[in-house]
Amino acid sequence: MVAKIIQSDTRPFNRIAVDPITLDIVENALRNARTEMDAVLFRTAMSPGIREQHDAFPMIANQEGKMVVGQFGSFLYGFINGYEGTIEDGDIFITNDPYSCNGAVSHLNDWLLMMPIFHEGKLVSWAAMFGHMTDVGGKVPGSLPTDAKMIYEEGMIVPPTKIFRKGELADEVLNIMLHNCRMPEWNKSDFFAIIAALRLAERRVRENIDRFGVDTYISAMWDMLDRNKAAMSAIIQMIIPEGDHKAHFEDWIDDDGMGNGPYRIACSLWREGEVAHFDFSDSDPQSLSSINFLLNEEMFKMFFGAFTINLFDPQILFNDGFYDLVEVHIPEGCILKPKKPAALSCRTHMLGRIFDLMGGLLGQGAPDALNAAGFSDSPHFMYSGFNEQGEWYQLFQIGFGGVPGRPAGDGPDGHSMWPAFTNVPNEFLEAYFPLRIREYATIPDSGGAGLHRGGNGITIAYEMMEKGEISIHDDRWLTYPWGVNGGEPGMRSTKRLVRTDGSEENIPSKCDRIAVNPGDILYFNTWGGGGWGNPLKRDPELVALDVSRKLVSEEGAKRYGVVLSRGKVDRKATEKLRNKMAGSQSKQLFNRGFESIEELKKRCKAETGFEPPAAPVFHRFMQAAE
Amino acid sequence: MNSTDDLIKHYEERLAAFEERLRRMEADAGSAPAPVRPMRAGTGLRLGVDVGGTFTDLLMLDEKNGRTYTAKVPSTPADSSIGVLNGIEKICREAGIAPTDITEVMHGTTVATNTVLTNAGALVGLVTTKGYKDVLQIARSYVPGGLGGWVIWNKTPPLAPLELTIEADERMGANGEVVSSLDESRIRKDLKKLFDQGIEALTIALFNSYANDAHEKRIAEIARDIAPDIPVSTSASIMPEMYEYERAETTVVNSYVRPVVSKYVSNLQRELRNRMGENVLLQILRSDGGLSSAQLAMDQPVNLLMSGPAGGVSGALWIAKQAKFENLLTFDMGGTSTDVALIQNSVARTRRETRVADVTVRAPSIDVRTVGAGGGSIAYVPELTKALRVGPQSAGADPGPAAYMKGGEEPTVTDANVVLGYLPSDAKLGGDMAISRDKAAEAVGKIADALSIPVEEAAEGIIKIVNENMCGALRLVSVEQGYDPREFALIGFGGAGPLHANALARLINSWPAIIPPGPGVLCAYGDATTQLRNEASQTYVTRVADTSDAEVGKMLNALRDAAARELTSEGVAQSGQSVIYQIDIRYHGQGMKLTIDVSPEDFEREGLAGIGRRFDKEHEQLFTFALDAEHELVGLRAVVQDAEKSFIAENQGAGGADASSARVHTTRIYTDGNWQEGHIYDRDRLRPGNRIEGPAVVTEMDSTALILPDHVGVVDDVGNILIWPADHENAR
Repeated sequence: MVAKIIQSDTRPFNRIAVDPITLDIVENALRNARTEMDAVLFRTAMSPGIREQHDAFPMIANQEGKMVVGQFGSFLYGFINGYEGTIEDGDIFITNDPYSCNGAVSHLNDWLLMMPIFHEGKLVSWAAMFGHMTDVGGKVPGSLPTDAKMIYEEGMIVPPTKIFRKGELADEVLNIMLHNCRMPEWNKSDFFAIIAALRLAERRVRENIDRFGVDTYISAMWDMLDRNKAAMSAIIQMIIPEGDHKAHFEDWIDDDGMGNGPYRIACSLWREGEVAHFDFSDSDPQSLSSINFLLNEEMFKMFFGAFTINLFDPQILFNDGFYDLVEVHIPEGCILKPKKPAALSCRTHMLGRIFDLMGGLLGQGAPDALNAAGFSDSPHFMYSGFNEQGEWYQLFQIGFGGVPGRPAGDGPDGHSMWPAFTNVPNEFLEAYFPLRIREYATIPDSGGAGLHRGGNGITIAYEMMEKGEISIHDDRWLTYPWGVNGGEPGMRSTKRLVRTDGSEENIPSKCDRIAVNPGDILYFNTWGGGGWGNPLKRDPELVALDVSRKLVSEEGAKRYGVVLSRGKVDRKATEKLRNKMAGSQSKQLFNRGFESIEELKKRCKAETGFEPPAAPVFHRFMQAAE
Repeated sequence: MNSTDDLIKHYEERLAAFEERLRRMEADAGSAPAPVRPMRAGTGLRLGVDVGGTFTDLLMLDEKNGRTYTAKVPSTPADSSIGVLNGIEKICREAGIAPTDITEVMHGTTVATNTVLTNAGALVGLVTTKGYKDVLQIARSYVPGGLGGWVIWNKTPPLAPLELTIEADERMGANGEVVSSLDESRIRKDLKKLFDQGIEALTIALFNSYANDAHEKRIAEIARDIAPDIPVSTSASIMPEMYEYERAETTVVNSYVRPVVSKYVSNLQRELRNRMGENVLLQILRSDGGLSSAQLAMDQPVNLLMSGPAGGVSGALWIAKQAKFENLLTFDMGGTSTDVALIQNSVARTRRETRVADVTVRAPSIDVRTVGAGGGSIAYVPELTKALRVGPQSAGADPGPAAYMKGGEEPTVTDANVVLGYLPSDAKLGGDMAISRDKAAEAVGKIADALSIPVEEAAEGIIKIVNENMCGALRLVSVEQGYDPREFALIGFGGAGPLHANALARLINSWPAIIPPGPGVLCAYGDATTQLRNEASQTYVTRVADTSDAEVGKMLNALRDAAARELTSEGVAQSGQSVIYQIDIRYHGQGMKLTIDVSPEDFEREGLAGIGRRFDKEHEQLFTFALDAEHELVGLRAVVQDAEKSFIAENQGAGGADASSARVHTTRIYTDGNWQEGHIYDRDRLRPGNRIEGPAVVTEMDSTALILPDHVGVVDDVGNILIWPADHENAR
């Protein structure tokens, strides 16, 4: 069933030639509209996840639903094809159900709003935006239960629904939604903030049409899509060799929070004619916990496109135009395409790991353009409870770590690899939550050694000021962020809880509802980026500078074969050490820091303090745990 | 034209005269200050001074007699106050007045900007709270460039190097409570070590200091105790707002530019007092177009990063009001860089932050974009690609373009203009600066040789490329903000703007290209016509329910008195002052705030409830919705302002279309691959209504304008030249 679009004027648009200046102006006006959508949202939203960390993503699409500006490509085509009902002027649709929008949003926390934009009785564009709500109900605060077996435990599911019908808010529907969340005030404000952003997009689209005429506007969008297709076609042929050879790469999610792991994702890449093929068939089947990631194929195409085009023309306004040039195969029942009702809430690790996977895959054809593995995740810290006044507080926060060493240079320390994300200022945290942030610093030596060093991870020392519970979702505590071209892996993540009585414990990477008391301090240590290139080739003075900046320790400098004496490079000793180290260097393209998963598991307990996870057992036709 | 030897001799003579003046000045500085004469602002002459990379421009307003005077002298980059004083001497001489008749000096300066652009700031040491030494290293974790942007992005190192960052053992809580007191002996020891490493300025940016800055102040005392000569900036005094990274970064930038700026301002102030008397009032134009006292400018130079460009935009606004253009792209091309801005409905866009190169600080500014392309930009041909590149390296004022014969040898944009005849070697710059075409051709010849093309073609290539670069900046403020440049006029000023305005207008289709009278002193116009304005503010994060009309009213009154006091002390009668209260307010839980302007009378009448209503209304208008959530105050401000000064426009007698009486002689101009015949005009002899057919060169004391073939310049009633395409309806 395809949605019925109600238009009073059903004549088709005329495609006309658009002069280059007008095209540039339309393109830039749309780009600017998108920036404005973000600005309005961040200014009016209330949850720290959106207002400070920017976990929300806008899009403007053409009348067919093809993304013209945005980040993750369009999901509208799927929605239009799957929605049983009408699409009319004044409607706004809401959904958070990954299974009814083919993974356009990938867990229930993301509320997706979609608005058709009409002009004189004709559908001329779409605006859409999704944002991560701090809470959408379910069994745990934050709605991201590690041990969920089915999606029903993760919060309220809203299939595509008209939340505005002909301009009127369906307030009873909204009420139901807000009554199922722990932070209704935030959700309400965030919801209206997204609506405000959509309305702004609508205004900008109409202004463009008033200025240039509807045919010029529509044609300009087609031109923009074509321009991308041409650019991507050239890029695909440049970076993916044609022929029988298939590039192959694999990476892992360490565990599922229930004692099983690691889970493998694997992909093959080849080119047939002008079409690039990505095949995920070798990936593990879906898991019984919530680490599954329903990967929308179109979104993956966007990841691929954005990842590569930045190397060639970072100025281009990226859009959906090249979708026909990429084929993505993900078998059903795979961890990247789980079957309903599998739990999905903690998909963030798999989502992040896709980027390491893609880097490793694409880089094989061009090792010089290959980046090491980086901070491929958006780990969560959650803290909630009732304060002394009996008021509910609830924090959802995303952490950052090391950007990998890259051909372009060292990886920045403690930065985000996810677009637009920023950290929450610690002064903000202390002003609005019962927290004191004792330390916020980079972790020396956590970045992998290399000619270009990996960025360091961050340590955040959270002192809890109230009784409450914390939850953590993190990864790379077992496998390492790998290094490339001679670079070494980065350091793993760790979490340590220091109680007021002086006792200390290591906290597992994925856990929920850990009880905390005032004065307890959690050290949340994120991982570093992998190193790029031979560390013995790094200028010893640069290593000494890093040491003086406490980004690398004096002991850590030895990983670069650099010996320091009173802060200065000891030339002789350095040369000697480097000569000695040169003999035993690995010649592998990728340095994962282990021989095999079995070998890694053998040293797990000694190195991490935790028992190794059990190898996951997969059942054919498995859908979700009973 | 003189031979090269003659020119060098001429230059040496000028240099000798200049040094003689310097010696006199130094002698003056040692003598006793002139007796103090009581003087009130507004009663004497106002002087606007703009220091650019190449020239220092001055404009004197004599309001009583409705006259203006202008002067232009070379800038003196080693100490720009010398150039200013030279200019003052010149303008007083030409106007026939005594320096003591000048009561107010308004000054826009690029000293702070250039310090950042050329990485020439102080070596800054930073003190953070224990656990936060990486505050600048981590910043906000933001990587620009969208999805995959991290692949190519390299972060610039912090302006306060991490190896010169120390941590103080202390802690404030979010409510201003002392969590752990300052370990004074430890910080004293660590500061000593830091000073031993040769830092030239110190920033103290402690966690939660916006709530309580007692520890910041104490550490500042200790630092002054150890090293009294090192300037100390504390974050709560520079940016008393929440957000530790933004506050630290803004304060570090303040420290970074401070030694250079305060040396400059204090020298200037001392010299002005020597000449004009103790009571002369020196004020510095801020980035947001307001004025700052000299002392505040020295303490908080971070607010001056856009001072120079703000003067240009203010001047352009002033001239546009005279010429009745409301929508303008301003294009200020100097020796080293070009600043562009957009004015819509006679209002310049401003923003909450200031950006210079990679540096972003929380200080309000006029939205000016800068590109490293100016008259002094150096052209070169990279060995590998054989491409022709122009800038951002600049010959600046010293040695300057080859044509100026001050030792410059690299080919610059100015040299290309000279080779092409746009800047005739027999025209004069700044009244007495000579130009050598031979030197220019010799320099541009290097490019011609590298590309194996004739020298004219090389010169035209240089001009085309620099125009394209500037066009990119104009697109940034127009197209990329959703504005169509075809709906704007382009106003070109600064030393080199009038030479390029016609070509740029043609590139982006903004007509007319406006060449204001005295384009080089437009910035100085802006400086001189800016109103005196002062404000006092305080952060006050409080839910409306937790305070009262009376309490807030009392605070606003105190802020008004504080702001008015300074203005009154600067000679503005209280009767001439207008007061506006600004209240920053939001819904509790929101990150943003809106500023509600309210008169003291309205606040008296409506109180906080009225503010809340206005806020709801504005929130709904801006964002399409209002909430029933609680209101929260964020900050209070009182703005006190002098009454608007009347504008002065010189009245010129009207003339007919025939401009031939202003012709100086014929000349040759190379454009579009050919030498063409045209005329040189003397701008002083042009009258309103005159039409100048391109190709033509219009020279005046302080600049030279180019009118291209198939274009026509029309002189309007206030003396602007409006350049239109010859077939444009407005050209007929």
